[in-house]
Amino acid sequence: MIRTAKLVYDYIKRDEEGNVEEVDRAVDHVDLDVEKGDFVAILGHNGSGKSTLAKHINAILVPSEGTVWIGDMDTRDEGHLWDIRQSAGMVFQNPDNQIIGTIVEEDVGFGPENMGVPTKEIWERVDESLKAVGMTAYRHHSPNKLSGGQKQRVAIAGVVAMHPKCIILDEPTAMLDPNGRKEVIRTIRALNQVEDVTVLLITHYMEEVVYADKVVVMDEGKIVMRGTPREIFSRVDELKQYRLDVPQVTLLAHELKKEGIPLPDGILSIDELVNALCQS
Amino acid sequence: MIRDITIGQYYPVDSPIHRLDPRTKLIGTLTFIISLFLFKSIAGYLVATAFLVTVIRLSKVPFKFMVRGLKAILLILIIAMLFNVLLIRDGNVLFDKWFIRITDQGLYTAAFMAVRLTYLVIGSSVMTLTTTPNDLTDGLESVLGPLKKIHIPVHEIAMMMSIALRFIPILLEETDKIMKAQIARGADFENGNLIQKAKNMVPLLVPLFISAFRRADDLAMAMEARCYHGGEGRTKMKPLHYGKNDAGAFVFLLIYLAAILAAKQFWIIV
Repeated sequence: MIRTAKLVYDYIKRDEEGNVEEVDRAVDHVDLDVEKGDFVAILGHNGSGKSTLAKHINAILVPSEGTVWIGDMDTRDEGHLWDIRQSAGMVFQNPDNQIIGTIVEEDVGFGPENMGVPTKEIWERVDESLKAVGMTAYRHHSPNKLSGGQKQRVAIAGVVAMHPKCIILDEPTAMLDPNGRKEVIRTIRALNQVEDVTVLLITHYMEEVVYADKVVVMDEGKIVMRGTPREIFSRVDELKQYRLDVPQVTLLAHELKKEGIPLPDGILSIDELVNALCQS
Repeated sequence: MIRDITIGQYYPVDSPIHRLDPRTKLIGTLTFIISLFLFKSIAGYLVATAFLVTVIRLSKVPFKFMVRGLKAILLILIIAMLFNVLLIRDGNVLFDKWFIRITDQGLYTAAFMAVRLTYLVIGSSVMTLTTTPNDLTDGLESVLGPLKKIHIPVHEIAMMMSIALRFIPILLEETDKIMKAQIARGADFENGNLIQKAKNMVPLLVPLFISAFRRADDLAMAMEARCYHGGEGRTKMKPLHYGKNDAGAFVFLLIYLAAILAAKQFWIIV
């Protein structure tokens, strides 16, 4: 579905004469393979290159070296640009800066309008996408009057209406309060499980990663860890080295284990910890 | 509080005028404005007044909302009237002292011009009061469509207008936030004379501009990510449709035009 091979991206800073002053390697030889229907989380500290990587997947950026394939389309091929953007939808961090319409339903219809979908089908798509994110009741509202979580769900609906094969979410919860964050994550999980949309979630909140099928940890442009959430979270000390926090329960279990209490590695939920403690 | 400000001055009621296609209203307003300059007779003014009163009645918008728009042009109105009164020297002299000479001709012209300007403003506010900003931009895009042939980017202009409308409340809120943040740091927006006050705005405007540019950048990226590539090959979610009402409106407009042209023949006052 999504495949990158030896992907490299350099931010090049030039002085006034156009000479290269500084080269900043944001993504460094990244190989990534996402299967259809996967829920992949990309974790990383600020400046780890995760957002730059995300922008490659719907061809906002093109690689300096290496290749990115969406399905069998190379993102460097200009002829496929709109097909790529249609099949890999993107949701950004700031909900205010990605809503174009002055009414919720008009914003959801923006993508299909651009794709030249016939009017009748636009309405069908808008109806079903608003339903998928649970925002049907707000369809005639102005986006300015919605909460952050609701706005972000509208933005997700706007991408869903384009019928993408995968959705890339670039820190969709970074500007939201805890309630909004839960709302958005629930929506994303529902899309992945019910509609079978491939999801690529970029975040630095560890709690959100728990539901993913695969986790990729990035640091300084490189992929440093990959595995299931359980595998990743059992390596607490390594995660700390990349300035990432593990969920509180996992941390507690880890500390208890260090103190000699026999517990399995990579505990992800409170229930799991309670069960494990009762058995030991 | 600040987010409750509605932009444009749309007055939400259900009326035959509200239900008209925005294109009909745009064309109607334009015709009305042009018609105001076609006649010079009292009969013409009576016809125009009758037309305006009928439309205002049909629109169900309280008259005081229409008058609000006049405040903005009051100064221009007074100055224009003064110029007309003082500079027109033909006709019978009513008053003559120093350099001031007032003639009946001057008074007539000034009065009629004031009526014309007032009607012009009221006529266009009927349109903005009965049409949502969105419909207005859609209508504008469609009415100006033929200009695409001479390479005027009509779609882009309409898109810019609707994005501007979407961001006005956001930027207002942001202004509010920055203002409070600067006040907390000791900035003073209240005191001082006009020049000092203007100078004090700098710490407000600089961050506002920076953030507006950042937003513009983000928005452009988000639009491209959603396949926006200009007006070409774009379909409409809410295409405009002329209805039965619009046909009626056009007939009414034609009758009005005929009446105006007929009134032109009655040369009561030249």
